[in-house]
Amino acid sequence: MAAMTMVQAINSALDICLTRDPDVVIFGEDVGYFGGVFRCTEGLQRKHGRTRTFDTPIAEGGILAVAVGMGAYGLRPVVEIQFADYIYPATDQLISEAARLRHRSGGEFSAPITVRTPCGGGIYGGQTHSQSPEAIFTHVCGIKTVMPSNPYDAKGLLISAIEDDDPVIFFEPKRLYNGPFDGHHNRPVTSWTNHPLGEVPAEYYRVELGKASTARQGSTVTVLAYGTMVHVALAAVEESGVDAEILDLRTLVPLDLDAIVESVRKTGRCVIVHEATLTGGFGAELAALVQEHCFYSLYAPILRVAGWDTPYPHALEWSYFPGPARVADALRQVMEAS
Amino acid sequence: MKNEPLPQLHIPEPLHRPGDRPDFGYLNIPEPADTACPDPLVRPSEIRDLAFSLIRVLDADGIATGAWNPKLLPELLRRALAAILLTRAYDDRMYRGQRQGKTSFYMKCTGEEAIAVGQAFALSRDDMLFPTYRQQGLLIARDWSLVDMMCQVYSNSRDRLKGRQMPVFYSSKEAGFFSISGNLGTQFSQAVGWAMAAAYKHDNRIAAAWIGEGATAEPDFHHALTFASIFKAPVILNVVNNQWAISSFSGIAGAEQTTFAARALGFGIPALRVDGNDLLAVYAVTRWAADRARSNGGPTLIELFSYRADAHSSSDDPSKYRPKGEADIWPLGDPMLRLKQHLIRLGEWSEARHSVAEAEATERVRAADREAQSYGTLSDGPGHSPGTMFEDVFKEMPLHLRRQRQQAGY
Repeated sequence: MAAMTMVQAINSALDICLTRDPDVVIFGEDVGYFGGVFRCTEGLQRKHGRTRTFDTPIAEGGILAVAVGMGAYGLRPVVEIQFADYIYPATDQLISEAARLRHRSGGEFSAPITVRTPCGGGIYGGQTHSQSPEAIFTHVCGIKTVMPSNPYDAKGLLISAIEDDDPVIFFEPKRLYNGPFDGHHNRPVTSWTNHPLGEVPAEYYRVELGKASTARQGSTVTVLAYGTMVHVALAAVEESGVDAEILDLRTLVPLDLDAIVESVRKTGRCVIVHEATLTGGFGAELAALVQEHCFYSLYAPILRVAGWDTPYPHALEWSYFPGPARVADALRQVMEAS
Repeated sequence: MKNEPLPQLHIPEPLHRPGDRPDFGYLNIPEPADTACPDPLVRPSEIRDLAFSLIRVLDADGIATGAWNPKLLPELLRRALAAILLTRAYDDRMYRGQRQGKTSFYMKCTGEEAIAVGQAFALSRDDMLFPTYRQQGLLIARDWSLVDMMCQVYSNSRDRLKGRQMPVFYSSKEAGFFSISGNLGTQFSQAVGWAMAAAYKHDNRIAAAWIGEGATAEPDFHHALTFASIFKAPVILNVVNNQWAISSFSGIAGAEQTTFAARALGFGIPALRVDGNDLLAVYAVTRWAADRARSNGGPTLIELFSYRADAHSSSDDPSKYRPKGEADIWPLGDPMLRLKQHLIRLGEWSEARHSVAEAEATERVRAADREAQSYGTLSDGPGHSPGTMFEDVFKEMPLHLRRQRQQAGY
């Protein structure tokens, strides 16, 4: 075991997959010689060769199309979309092609592609370097959607995603790359070094897709979160004194509904937190599922804490970000409601 | 200054509309002897003129001539003619089936048969094809089962695609025929990825992709040329210019300013512009591009100049937007008749043999249709169980889909 940042954990997963499977190829903008703008592919080209990890032109739709064609050939492409905000030109190839290929060809062709893409704000990225578009893809049947919250999960989930025979979108919350950010932007940055989930085995292991984990056990309210918001929720629980259970969903499709239902039936309250904009966000789907399956266990209305329905601002990003104070308010509110 | 004209927005408009007398006199059709045939590994900059010319082999009298003459054996020419006749008989039968309500939709390739058939014969059987919906001739030329194709069109119990796709959106891994998408152009750049994978594996198979001239406006066309050029992908990129994208003439896709072949020049990709109704010329350019790709020379763009002689689809009525009789006066003629004339000129065919071959094609299609209909039609069934709808969304069915299938009653 060694302490790893999320960047190092992702790099380790990619390195292992390149080593174990000659059909794995990695490509994207700046990922080759340079090693990616967030350094996730650093050293991979030098170690594994130019045809295994290479730079592409700036054309996200082309990157995904080439990945679909390679998948049809029998390769296992792992592509990087430099920022999740840049994924939109690739949506036709993702939604109409990669996600539908197995179904429309009667199972003859498939697209075992992993799309890695940094998401989320908190780095002064403004509206084009901060978005969390996961709900666009959870709405698309045929794609799995993953968002880890720590280095240990990031490595194990990424290996599972690459080995999965269906297309997977792997969102990497960029604010977590170098530390467990809890939303207190004006406090000193903490690193993964002393965090238990920053301890990452150097060797191969998998974290199964479709399984949530319990980030904190609690008894009075269930918080459903993923990515950066897991750490924000942990801070909010500490600051509010509410004994909340925090589920880190890790995979949104397929969703670990059983874990959600079990927890909410136990606590009787539910707060859903995501950084993405509120309306039509994945929180809406979660709220619907919780009321369908746990209605008679609920003591209070289900609340959602999310980004405002505005573009992600630059100078005012901390007014947009659903930080621990807003989550703590929601926790108090569901406790006072009953 | 005051005499300068004010800016005006230009909206392209075809020369002739319904009620006009069609006339293709403005087209410049060179003779077969006018175009040189370079070495397949030529530098693209040395053959820029071929992007603006028109490579032809068959002259007006049906004689094969010029530098591009592939000198095909009569036996191969007869097989190609048989594949064209079979494609035409298949189209007629399935179109009628659609009109009789046996299925929802159909698309013919009338007038364009020499493209798919000629190219299929010029490629290796294991090269990978990324077609559009109008290259059914590829499957037929590869001797794929007509019954299998018809079962797809009827979405019946033997449809391997389980009724999930619209008619004619075939898919066959075994035939090297990629699943057809209704979102135009997507396959063009995917073919480049397949070709890159083949090169990565040191595999000497190549990929070929087709796109209509209308869909060259899609970003996928630009992506295909960009990636193919940069990574020297062993791929043949075919633009079928059949003059019409549903009701939009080729000027709406940019044909007024330059040729579609010329699009390749800015990418450093060799461009060949060919008479798409001349099977020998189609074969020759395809073989040239395949040789180049297999010799590590990278991609070639081919513009196949043709004419969509029939409607876009069973849902279309071309009399609403173009003059009647355009197909009859198309100066490059009918690909089937031109190949037939050539074989007769060679002394390798006759009107009598042709009539027999036509009757054989019709009978083969009729027999296949009888068998296919015995497995069901869209209108009368049987098709696949609705429970199959939930399969193949993912490799393994996740819990939420298992629950939905149960909820749906299957």
